[in-house]
Amino acid sequence: MRRRLFWDRFFEKSFSLSAVLAVLILGGIFGMLLYNGLRAFGSIAPGYFFSLAEWNPAAYTAPSYGIGAMLTGTVLTTLGAMVFAVPVGIGMAFFVSEIAPPRARAMLKPAVEMLAAVPSVVVGFLGIVLVGPFLAGLFHLPNGLNALNGAILLAVMALPAVVTVADDAIHAVPHTYKEASYALGANRWETLVRVTLPSCYSGILAAVMLGMGRAIGETMTVLMATGNATAFPNGFFDPVRTITATVAIEMGEVPAGTPHYFSLFACALVLFLLTLIVNVLAERITSNLRKRGQ
Amino acid sequence: MMAATCVQQHPVERITVKGSDTEVNLVLQLAEAFMERHSGVSLSIAGGGSGVGIAALMNGKTDIANSSREVSLAEIDFARRQGVHIVPTIFAADAIVVVTNPAVGMDSLTVAQLGNIFSGDIQDWAAVGGKPGAVSLYGRQSNSGTFLYFREKIVGRDFSPTLKQMNGTAQIIEAIKNDKGGIGYVGLGYVARPDGALHAGLRVIRLKADATSPSYSPLDTAALTNGNYPLLRPLYQLTNGIPEGVVKQFLQFEQSALGQKIIVENGYLAAGPGFIAQDKPSQTER
Repeated sequence: MRRRLFWDRFFEKSFSLSAVLAVLILGGIFGMLLYNGLRAFGSIAPGYFFSLAEWNPAAYTAPSYGIGAMLTGTVLTTLGAMVFAVPVGIGMAFFVSEIAPPRARAMLKPAVEMLAAVPSVVVGFLGIVLVGPFLAGLFHLPNGLNALNGAILLAVMALPAVVTVADDAIHAVPHTYKEASYALGANRWETLVRVTLPSCYSGILAAVMLGMGRAIGETMTVLMATGNATAFPNGFFDPVRTITATVAIEMGEVPAGTPHYFSLFACALVLFLLTLIVNVLAERITSNLRKRGQ
Repeated sequence: MMAATCVQQHPVERITVKGSDTEVNLVLQLAEAFMERHSGVSLSIAGGGSGVGIAALMNGKTDIANSSREVSLAEIDFARRQGVHIVPTIFAADAIVVVTNPAVGMDSLTVAQLGNIFSGDIQDWAAVGGKPGAVSLYGRQSNSGTFLYFREKIVGRDFSPTLKQMNGTAQIIEAIKNDKGGIGYVGLGYVARPDGALHAGLRVIRLKADATSPSYSPLDTAALTNGNYPLLRPLYQLTNGIPEGVVKQFLQFEQSALGQKIIVENGYLAAGPGFIAQDKPSQTER
């Protein structure tokens, strides 16, 4: 009896410890980014850091540290990815959960989830040898290493998150809603658009936000396929360099303790805050949904 | 010593080599040949760029750092403060090859024109006698020794911000093949395929010192060995202190007849007798 009590306590404590550990790690990462990132502003004025000045810390003459163009690159590729991933992902989720026969559903859903298992370096490689030349031919561009290429690849990578969460949200809609709608004489399409969609609206928004969080943080794919030019992009057909790519390229060779080193932490901090905001929004939307469901 | 007394086996000596992407394939070949002849030695070779290798040597994370550029005085000073004495050894030489897409339609450039193209001052191929069309620049990232060497030697100022910074030499080649206005720079070893043929869809540009001098191709071995081709650079391997033990054996193997044969077969140039093992006492002994 005493022994059972001991194990009971032991597991209770060790589980709460693991929960605390996750919070500690998150706090530790944030603290480290904050500590090192803010030190960048000792030598770089914040207004200059967020300006459109060129990002060129390893410059031939005077180094310059402006993340405006990179921030634009990250926003362009991420929003571009959402333009593709949201309609396709939500359409797919509705097809899988409402329209597809059970056998098709049993194949489609795992297939989409498998997409998440494709390594990002493989997606990036396809961006160079397949999507790039295709875009160049389609739009008569000299090359296809641009924001549009990155957006298409990120859309593919964000798709599993969007489809899975949206599918769950659609499934959470009580059957009685649909039955009531059919009883009133509405057809399948009307029920889908006027009843099911409005009732899982916030779940779908959460799916979009989660997909977006995935797209903002993706590194290898954009590093390979978007050209990484530091010039300010004038649209989707220009090469872009994202914040993730910059940190990945430069972190390996920067001497510790230099303004360049701290500025990379500041970049990482900006990225962390961006994904944090998106994820917190997604979390709040889903928890609202759960409350309403009860 | 402990391992030798406890286990009745020859301990495996592990040597790590890290750095230049230009050198990584070549050093891998050399290491394989070396390991075939020396059992009990295990060399692991990694790329990442010259800057990454130098940083690893300073942090004690690698035994040998491959570098396709000279170590800067600032780096030597910085390393010395960490207790690391960088000693460079030249083991081979490499020609930088300028390649374009064949659709650009020209086959030679002066060094000054090349600099103006990569700095962004020349933006249309018509300005240097090519088919009119936008110039599309490809290069490596700032952690690459080739990036810094090319900037120092050819551009002499910052690269144009429109330079597309690719993640590796193979990616530069793939991209230029697909870009009708594409130009880029790569190591000689990457231009030829293993069977000796050139990559289809690439044109190697002949370089000349100025408008009146003759142009030379990097594929012309004579132009390389007598120094006529303007973009020839030594390849370094850096160690902490004068190399000794297995590291020394490996460096000696690279300079042996067999080592130099492997170097030439891989499309690099053998370092001549006067070229080998210059350890720059003036810089390291300060």
